[in-house]
Amino acid sequence: MSPVETTAAVELCGLTKQFGNVLANAGVNLRVEPGTIHGVIGENGAGKSTAMKMLYGIFPPDAGEIFVNGQKRVWHSPADAIAAGIGMVHQHFMLAGPYTALDNIVLGAEPVRLGVIERKKARTRLEELSRQYGLPVDLNRSVEELPVGVQQRIEILKLLYRDAKVLILDEPTAVLTPQETNILFQHLKMLRDEGKTIILITHKLREVMAFTDHVTVLRAGKVTGEMPTAQTNPQELANLMVGRKVVLTVDVPAAQPRGEAALEVTGLSLAGAAGSRHKLTDIRLSVKRGEILGIAGVEGNGQSELLQAILHPHEPRCRTSGSVTVLGVDITLWPAAKIRDLGVAVIPQDRQQEGLLLARPVSENFLLGLQRSPAFSRAGILSLGKLRAAALPAIEEYDVRPRELAIPAGKLSGGNQQKLVVAREFQRKPRLLIAAQPTRGVDVGAIEFIHNRIVLARDGGAGVLLVSFELDEILTLSDRIMVMYEGRIVAEFRRGEVSERELGLKMAGS
Amino acid sequence: MRRFLQPILAAAVGLALGLSFTWFAGENPWHVLRILGKSAFGSGYDIGMTLFYTTPLIFTGLAVAVPFQAGLFNIGAEGQLTLGALAAAAVGAVCPAVPWPVAPVMAGLAAFLAGTIWGAIPGWLRAKRGSHEVINTIMLNFIAAGIASYVTLYLLKNPDTQNPETRPVGAGYLIHQFTMSGGAPLSTALPLAIVVAGLVWILLWRTVVGFEMRAVGQNEAAARAAGIDAGRMRILAMALAGGLAGLVGVGEVLGNAGKFRLGFSPEYGFMGIAVALLGRNQPVGVVAAALLFGALHKGTADLDLETEHVTREVSLILQALIILSVSAEGLWSWMRKRAES
Repeated sequence: MSPVETTAAVELCGLTKQFGNVLANAGVNLRVEPGTIHGVIGENGAGKSTAMKMLYGIFPPDAGEIFVNGQKRVWHSPADAIAAGIGMVHQHFMLAGPYTALDNIVLGAEPVRLGVIERKKARTRLEELSRQYGLPVDLNRSVEELPVGVQQRIEILKLLYRDAKVLILDEPTAVLTPQETNILFQHLKMLRDEGKTIILITHKLREVMAFTDHVTVLRAGKVTGEMPTAQTNPQELANLMVGRKVVLTVDVPAAQPRGEAALEVTGLSLAGAAGSRHKLTDIRLSVKRGEILGIAGVEGNGQSELLQAILHPHEPRCRTSGSVTVLGVDITLWPAAKIRDLGVAVIPQDRQQEGLLLARPVSENFLLGLQRSPAFSRAGILSLGKLRAAALPAIEEYDVRPRELAIPAGKLSGGNQQKLVVAREFQRKPRLLIAAQPTRGVDVGAIEFIHNRIVLARDGGAGVLLVSFELDEILTLSDRIMVMYEGRIVAEFRRGEVSERELGLKMAGS
Repeated sequence: MRRFLQPILAAAVGLALGLSFTWFAGENPWHVLRILGKSAFGSGYDIGMTLFYTTPLIFTGLAVAVPFQAGLFNIGAEGQLTLGALAAAAVGAVCPAVPWPVAPVMAGLAAFLAGTIWGAIPGWLRAKRGSHEVINTIMLNFIAAGIASYVTLYLLKNPDTQNPETRPVGAGYLIHQFTMSGGAPLSTALPLAIVVAGLVWILLWRTVVGFEMRAVGQNEAAARAAGIDAGRMRILAMALAGGLAGLVGVGEVLGNAGKFRLGFSPEYGFMGIAVALLGRNQPVGVVAAALLFGALHKGTADLDLETEHVTREVSLILQALIILSVSAEGLWSWMRKRAES
């Protein structure tokens, strides 16, 4: 199957798109053979999504052409792309929760006779599709009752129902457990074998290596590599993504935990709304100084509630019972500021929501939370000179780009925003570090850097509570691992004692 | 640079729009503009009156701008300034024998304190009970008006007049009036207002408390996560705002009337919203915008007398158009920012 002889299912030629001063795509060429799974990989902001959104008709290219099955096409809206057989599953699903799976799938393309939806006709068709592609879905259940993996299947069926030949999946595994991920890829392989073409947007090297036939690497809006997956390896892909040599897995030396506990939580519970289950049930955990405790789990199983309860224990909406002890001091009734002053650093789960003042300059964001420290103020008056003197070397050390204190934090890229938060929090010389999703949306190169910093903090005697939805991160960093499921701790392991598979099963509640 | 130029430009556009409106009313816009200018700045007296109106607008503009920086919308400056002025007059009427300079300081503190209390109430309600400050400040405006009527008419009524006003304050309470302004009641309250604006600038941009207030206004979740007590900052911002509005009483009671007169304020509190908006919620901008609105207030007062068709209402339309074009300008830059991102 030489690519020269076949007609590409999709071909992008020299796609270019500029947003303001940012050249998001600079002459992107991409050729996707029919009946293959084609990975599009790159760091955040590399231009993967921009290219795919142009292919899907969300916005037009400034320059360049799109060919589908060898024919030049111009889209005016996604409807044109759908009509030409191109479908996209977005990272955040577009489903109406209370509606049944059936209604969600046909929504917008209902078979109608005399103004009445012909559900029977739709059902017959869907059952056929679901059999043909091996995608089991209970069509009568309302979508919100179904697990995320099944919701994703519904999104895929939605595309098949509209006769999509090319399926674009944007970071499809971000919300899935490892088991669900495996099932998804089984389905994708089956779809491919039935003649569909699949474009997989991802930043996870492992998925590309395991499940794709072909891979295209993007960096800074340009294609930096294209090859059959069989002819490459993760290290090469990572280097192409970052543009320099990266260390993929941080080697974490064994922990030397000290005797005293940095954090101790006992009997922590948070009642849900009347009638619903508890959001947190009898959480008991302890983090020693000099060790990293990883909390694994699928998003939405009580991790955010746990963090809020530890940081704002005196607020009744965060905690209904139980106690929290930090560095040997019972802080259960303390306000947040006093807790932070004990030497608690926090990398929040969502840097934009909880970590930054987006409209304010980098310098003020660096100050946030440290404004009362004697290093930056005296008698209530801020020392802007000292702030500058401390912030400049810090953003240098933590590689926040650009090296500019006056620009608003919102203008930084996601990875640089995260590095800014990390730089600030490490100024506290933490004795307890609470790191939630510390590398969410961060480039491969920056992940390495942040992981190293966390290990360094640990070796400096800090206790680290790490909450992450990324199994790799949990497995790499944690000295001990606890699994959260539906607001409970359901399992605990030591480093090296647990396989990814076993962890995944626990995360899924079995 | 554009940050400063844009509101000025917008104000000019609004003025032009308003003047073209007077053309529809049957006046020569150029003629109207000249009357406006002459009436606001034509003589020492006119300038004095313009600055006299500017003084309370600086205070109320700040009283809106400070809470705005903390993410709150203070519609209650009118009530806060009413009680501030009433408190200053009450102190002066009850203890008339206190000598200068203790007396004005005492009355000024009373004005500040009364406003502070009236501002802190909605701040506290927002922080602890979550009820919205817009609703509460509006309602407190009515309560303040009621209290002021009761105190003026029943407790401190001036026996020598039919006017609804309190007994005069003691002579030691009166502050210096500038003589160069040809009889306009321009007093040292104006320099006080400018100094206070400077202090507010220092508070907002150079102190820990100001930084924490602004952090709450920018992103409450992030501020809370950083250990800032958002509720306390809200109460503080509203209390301070109330105090600032209360200081209107210094100019009115100690620098002008020597007593509290019911209805003395031509809604300085609500004009303060426009002043803060035009001044971008920055102290320097507030002072400049207060000057503009002071001049407009003085200028349009004479339009009614000196032209045939431009009545008081038309001059209100003129002010409204300036406010609209300024806020539309804000809308415009917001839309451009959105288009960029």
